[in-house]
Amino acid sequence: MKSSVTDPLCNTHDDPTKPVELVLDDHDLTSVTKLVSDIVLERKTPLAWWLGIGFTASLTGILFLMIGYLFIKGVGVWGLNNPVSWGWAIVNFVFWVGIGHAGTLISAILFMLRQKWRTGINRFAEAMTIFAVICAGIFPGIHVGRVWVVWWLFPIPNYQSMWPNFRSPLLWDVFAVGTYATVSLLFWYMGMVPDLATLRDRAKGRIQQIVYGVLSLGWNGSHRHWHRYEKAYLLLAGLATPLVLSVHSVVSFDFATAQLPGWHTTIFPPYFVAGAVFSGFAMVGTILIPARQWFGLKSIITLHHLENMNKVILATGSMVGFAYATEFFIAWYGGNPNESFAFVNRAFGPYAWAYWIMVTCNVVTPQLFWFKKIRTNIPVMWIMYIFVNIGMWFERFVITVTSLSRDFLPSAWDYYNPTIVDILTFVGSWGLFLTLVLLFIRFLPMVAMAEVKTVMPIADAHSGERRSVGDYHGDIPRDGGAK
Amino acid sequence: MSANATGGLYGLLTEFDSASQLMKAVEKVRDEGFQKWDVHTPFPVHGMDEAMGIRGTRLPFLVLLSGATGLGLATLMQWWMNAVDYPFIISGKPLFGIPANVPIMFELTVLLSAFACFFGMWILNGLPRWYHPLFTSRRFRRATQDRYFIVIEAQDPKFNLERTRDFLASLGGAVVEEVNESAED
Repeated sequence: MKSSVTDPLCNTHDDPTKPVELVLDDHDLTSVTKLVSDIVLERKTPLAWWLGIGFTASLTGILFLMIGYLFIKGVGVWGLNNPVSWGWAIVNFVFWVGIGHAGTLISAILFMLRQKWRTGINRFAEAMTIFAVICAGIFPGIHVGRVWVVWWLFPIPNYQSMWPNFRSPLLWDVFAVGTYATVSLLFWYMGMVPDLATLRDRAKGRIQQIVYGVLSLGWNGSHRHWHRYEKAYLLLAGLATPLVLSVHSVVSFDFATAQLPGWHTTIFPPYFVAGAVFSGFAMVGTILIPARQWFGLKSIITLHHLENMNKVILATGSMVGFAYATEFFIAWYGGNPNESFAFVNRAFGPYAWAYWIMVTCNVVTPQLFWFKKIRTNIPVMWIMYIFVNIGMWFERFVITVTSLSRDFLPSAWDYYNPTIVDILTFVGSWGLFLTLVLLFIRFLPMVAMAEVKTVMPIADAHSGERRSVGDYHGDIPRDGGAK
Repeated sequence: MSANATGGLYGLLTEFDSASQLMKAVEKVRDEGFQKWDVHTPFPVHGMDEAMGIRGTRLPFLVLLSGATGLGLATLMQWWMNAVDYPFIISGKPLFGIPANVPIMFELTVLLSAFACFFGMWILNGLPRWYHPLFTSRRFRRATQDRYFIVIEAQDPKFNLERTRDFLASLGGAVVEEVNESAED
């Protein structure tokens, strides 16, 4: 199984004859339960957590101050100008929605693909998805100008007997992001109920017992319940799979259906989805690495998990790089002077600095993951994740701002600069995101215990021999194994 | 001693500490012909549905129905709102055309299916139900952690305190424990 010479927590060897052990350190059901639930129930709140949440909550306060200021003064407090009517708010929206793709990809698509390693990280990634979508949802909501009529976005009868225009991609966005947020939340909560029941049954304090008791809905591990639960999980995963791919496609329609050079391209949906997965995985890694370190989860969230994530980052990063090249090729090959100008302008115009930050971070950096040494080196990969996060924010900046600032008519050109309100609002959204992450790791089970148990050899009811890979949701043949 | 001396008794439980032991025991309980009984495990054990003889669930049908409702609603809503009640004339485009309405049709199909899936599952499972007689057993708290349980309810037509206790004891579990409808204190 694991090599006796090297680090016992290293399971990244490539030996196709042996399945990889996903839970290391000779864990059994009892010790896995204890490891994960003690973080919430027993461990004293670390000082660092208080300092962390103090800091992030202050940033969240800044976010709300900035939003309040915006509401009082109007969108003129942002750096928007005449050609560039979409600035940081839209950039941040697309950035955060993109981040929100990793969770449901891990929980739904990897589930459909029977990737068992997802069990160690899915809870965390799903939580992060929901928090990122919350951050994303704020930006278009506060961008509408007259926030008191923001409900016109929804098909609600109003005094003007007016309905929204369903042929507008901006409205598709409302439905796409709203559905995605709702389904991700249901999926996350449903997956968490058995673990909340575990917390309820281990809790010693009265308040903990009541809170986790209510949240766990009276789950008692009945197999008649598990039977429907697993069916529901499979169905939700099947429903969420096309949903994940649809969200960023719809977000890309906001751009692609416009006539603007640099936006009006059919490559946008797949290119946006690849970029979203790329940035989402990087963000999961950014937060997961400190969490597994500080909370001693290295035996459940193993190096193998991280290496797999890095492979996904390599694949999607290469797709993103390929898409950049394709865009350029089509701009030249298409023969439209406005289109080719838009791309030359991106790379060599006034925003060249942003373009080359984007290319360095998104195209060059992930290619280093071809090397196993880099793929399995934790400090190095963490730095790479930071680069990817930066690069993907700049990608959205480049797409949004360069096209708007110089379109068809040179007399209408202008350079866009953010104001301090733009910057503080974005910084504040990080505060909100990190505050929610900190609350999550303190009060909810960070690892899907019930799911991790199913991939442990001990979970297999049918054979005495140790199977290194168990099953989740039944791919043992119906008649198989039973003696 | 008599067969009906089951006053406040909910049922009998027995505990196992390995999934393979549990599986063998479950098959015996099924073959014995009990009806009101259940297995409680910290995670879904594979092959248990067959071992217990659980039939398929109606859930997928409900989800399909709900998804079709979502699709129909989305189509009707977009047609009525944009082509009938408040005709939107934009760039000479048709008032109602499928391609521009596909995204919202898709989203509402998925949304309503997901609702049916989530809420339907809990309703079919009879949850939330915050009180259950089994919660009075301290031992049973490990059902969500690291132990496996078989519970036979006193309501089962084949239940007989003496004989069922002996039967459960013969399955090789750790203990056989009586569970009452409510806590004694």
